[in-house]
Amino acid sequence: MNVIRFEEVSKQFAVRGKGTASAPYAVRGLSFAIERGELVAVVGKTGCGKSTMFNLLIGLSAPSDGMVAVLGRDPFAEFAHLAGKVGVVFQGDRLLPWRSALANVEYGLELLKARRADRVQVARQWLLKLGLEAHMDKYPHALSGGMRQRVSIARAFATDPEILLCDEPFSALDEINAALLRNELRRLVKESGKTGMLVTHSIREAMDVGDRILVLRAPGHVTAEFRVADTLAAVGEAGLKRQILDAMGQEASLQDADALGPAAAAGRVDSAA
Amino acid sequence: MLWKKETVITLAVIVAAWQLASHFLPPFLFPSVLTIGAEIGRIATHAKALGSVAATSARILAGMAGAFVIGGALGLLMGRVRWVEHYVHPALTFDQGIPALSWVVFSIIWFKTNEFRIWFIIVMTTLPAFAFQMYDSYRSMSKDLVEMALSFRPSRWDMFRTLVWPSVLPGIFTAWKVNLGNVARVVVVAELVGATSGVGYQLLVQQQQFDMAGAMAWTLVLVVFVTLAQKVVELVEHASLRHVVVSERMA
Ligand SMILES: Nc1ncnc2c1ncn2[C@@H]1O[C@H](COP(=O)(O)OP(=O)(O)O)[C@@H](O)[C@H]1O
Ligand SMILES: [Mg+2]
Repeated sequence: MNVIRFEEVSKQFAVRGKGTASAPYAVRGLSFAIERGELVAVVGKTGCGKSTMFNLLIGLSAPSDGMVAVLGRDPFAEFAHLAGKVGVVFQGDRLLPWRSALANVEYGLELLKARRADRVQVARQWLLKLGLEAHMDKYPHALSGGMRQRVSIARAFATDPEILLCDEPFSALDEINAALLRNELRRLVKESGKTGMLVTHSIREAMDVGDRILVLRAPGHVTAEFRVADTLAAVGEAGLKRQILDAMGQEASLQDADALGPAAAAGRVDSAA
Repeated sequence: MLWKKETVITLAVIVAAWQLASHFLPPFLFPSVLTIGAEIGRIATHAKALGSVAATSARILAGMAGAFVIGGALGLLMGRVRWVEHYVHPALTFDQGIPALSWVVFSIIWFKTNEFRIWFIIVMTTLPAFAFQMYDSYRSMSKDLVEMALSFRPSRWDMFRTLVWPSVLPGIFTAWKVNLGNVARVVVVAELVGATSGVGYQLLVQQQQFDMAGAMAWTLVLVVFVTLAQKVVELVEHASLRHVVVSERMA
């Protein structure tokens, strides 16, 4: 069974005062499937419909057309059924400012009715694992951007979801922190055997994290798909970058060009670590 | 420290100016600070007088509690349900324009029980501030945090308890502080409506006896009560909003 499946999904956003028929598409004819244990990177330029797809996936909005299935359920219509099954890391940390780091990590467990002692223990373990043992009792405003995003990753993992979904989780971080964290994210997903999806506009990030890469183009549809290991073996790193860039659309944005640079910080951090 | 240096100085200057005036003007206009102090001492040591202070305090708290519950619920509903917003918002704006004195007159005509009249007057005059503050706080709640919370698929109650309530709490404190400042003025007017106890009733008695020292003493007692209540709200606020960031430059 596919863990995640999109079948000919479209999403239109009605413009005020106009009919739904002429409403512009944010996602149109989107189809793909993700198997259990896969870690898939979805890459596309800003505005191509990544977040719209993401919101459809977590059930925050309903498709205008087509079908979305997560673990065989409709994430929008059967919203409550997926409680505890899906963990989400958002763009920006989205920590509750009135809770300490520890209490933020406990948040999901609390909503899932875990016992107090259990959730404190689990939250502590995750903060430990992410190198935040000295910062557990600090409020978000007293943490750096990188630490905050670590807390939000811990929050998503703490509920031990089957599926982990991330929407540009590192785009607000500096390149070194981003590289460190995406390696860590990949390691955590892989060692726990979870199914994961990471949405990003960075080709570098997609290649670092994904087993497989889906390339999205506006309005939200898949234009290419790569098995990272196979493609790397066949055409090498530069070849894969070239092909992804082509699939994303002709003119690459400055950020994409950055990610292509030979001296990408990720490489340096990897060898230093 | 409970009071700032400047606050103490300002109060001392007012007291000194009053004392100075009392030397040059007849005591029935400007009684000396000592006479007023003695009056306050009398209030503080007489059961009947203390009963009046307690009655007024209880009326203030009961009225504001009622306004908070009703107004808060209306504010949340306005923030959440479009049509409620469309109908209730103008009604509350209309209510805000009605003077406290009009409510006094209406409540005398409409209701028989004195306590209910006073409660009703306080509710009607403090309700809009509670409702509007709650409405604004609800609407300015972070959409990002709402989505984050929803991603755990919580029940409505958990959503309210863990996200909505902490988001609107700072606004609730603001509304209490604003309303406490206004309510003292309203309650004495309301108590003129045939109450047989309370600060308003006592002020009426002092006026009939032409007793300036007594009127001053009762006024000060009311001011002290409101100030203390404000302090309590501030302390609770401080304890529950520890996470709020203050820029060092703004501190
Ligand atoms: N709520 C919305 N209402 C109207 N248009 C929207 C809404 N959300 C997204 N869009 C439009 O859909 C397109 C895709 O947006 P989005 O999914 O946020 O892209 P990405 O995440 O890839 O940057 C954009 O053109 C955007 O303006
Ligand atoms: Mg986006």
